[in-house]
Amino acid sequence: MPEAILFVVLAVIAVAAGVAVFRTDSMARASYALAVSFVAVGLMLLQFRLEYIGVITVLMMVMEMAVMAIFMIMFMGMNPALMPMDMVHSKKLSAGSAIGLFLLLTAGILLADWPESRGPAGGDLTASLGEAIMEPKMLVMLVISPVLFATLVSALVLANPRGRYSTYPLVPVEDADDDGQGKGQDHSGDSAGHAAHSAHGMDHGAGNSDGHGQHHGGGGHQ
Amino acid sequence: MTLELALIAAAALFCVGLYGALSQQVVVMVMMGLELMLNGVILAAAAFWWFLAPAPDGQVLLLVVIAAMTVEMAMGFAVAILLHRSRQTDMTEMASDLAG
Repeated sequence: MPEAILFVVLAVIAVAAGVAVFRTDSMARASYALAVSFVAVGLMLLQFRLEYIGVITVLMMVMEMAVMAIFMIMFMGMNPALMPMDMVHSKKLSAGSAIGLFLLLTAGILLADWPESRGPAGGDLTASLGEAIMEPKMLVMLVISPVLFATLVSALVLANPRGRYSTYPLVPVEDADDDGQGKGQDHSGDSAGHAAHSAHGMDHGAGNSDGHGQHHGGGGHQ
Repeated sequence: MTLELALIAAAALFCVGLYGALSQQVVVMVMMGLELMLNGVILAAAAFWWFLAPAPDGQVLLLVVIAAMTVEMAMGFAVAILLHRSRQTDMTEMASDLAG
């Protein structure tokens, strides 16, 4: 019985903190409210004897919310705790969609004929998770690891000021000269030379109209 | 503590997150909504695991959801930085070029 009461209290805290994320008038408080919601869910996971998952959820999300608060301060350019904000659109449609989905899900949950449990969990669940990762479910981890690596690379490429979609000049003119000559000597075929020519022209055409394009194109034909 | 109670709590978290993801204008707040939705998914998956089939393998699904949450955060922050740099904004309205 005490476990059930604790579960209900944690569930109420998690949902209330989730609502507070979008009701509070400052971004800093919103990130703290989200952290509280995640901590409450992490504690609920601990009640399910998911010690490993619960602890990493709490640790990861608390750190994540700290990073999120930093991003908010960077983007908003102010102290978010002192600046009330209410930046929403389609408020009624969003609220209606959320309430409608909740009613639908609740009806499904209450009306569904759930199967019988296959019995309580036994043994050391954290150790068995480790064994599952290293043996039958290793393929899952092998798929996740390149996805995470690709995420790291993609995030760096997007966030890098000299990334592909940046509007800044990519390299100074002096560096472009040295770099472009090397490229031209490396390419032996006509098509490679034209490709280097056109790519260079696209990158530096705006601020570099003193004949660099021809110069590099000639290098490509060598 | 029953399966239905845990699933209703998870559904509530998911729907609150859905409201945030649909209604917020700031990219970081939209990400918060998505985080709340995944929070509900984690709770629902844990409840299913505990009440229906508490086999060790089921915990791996939770790890996958947490990994998805990590990917979402990393890419979301990267896109937010890119948006802020290229358009000096952090609002979703300023990134609606592909809207129909």
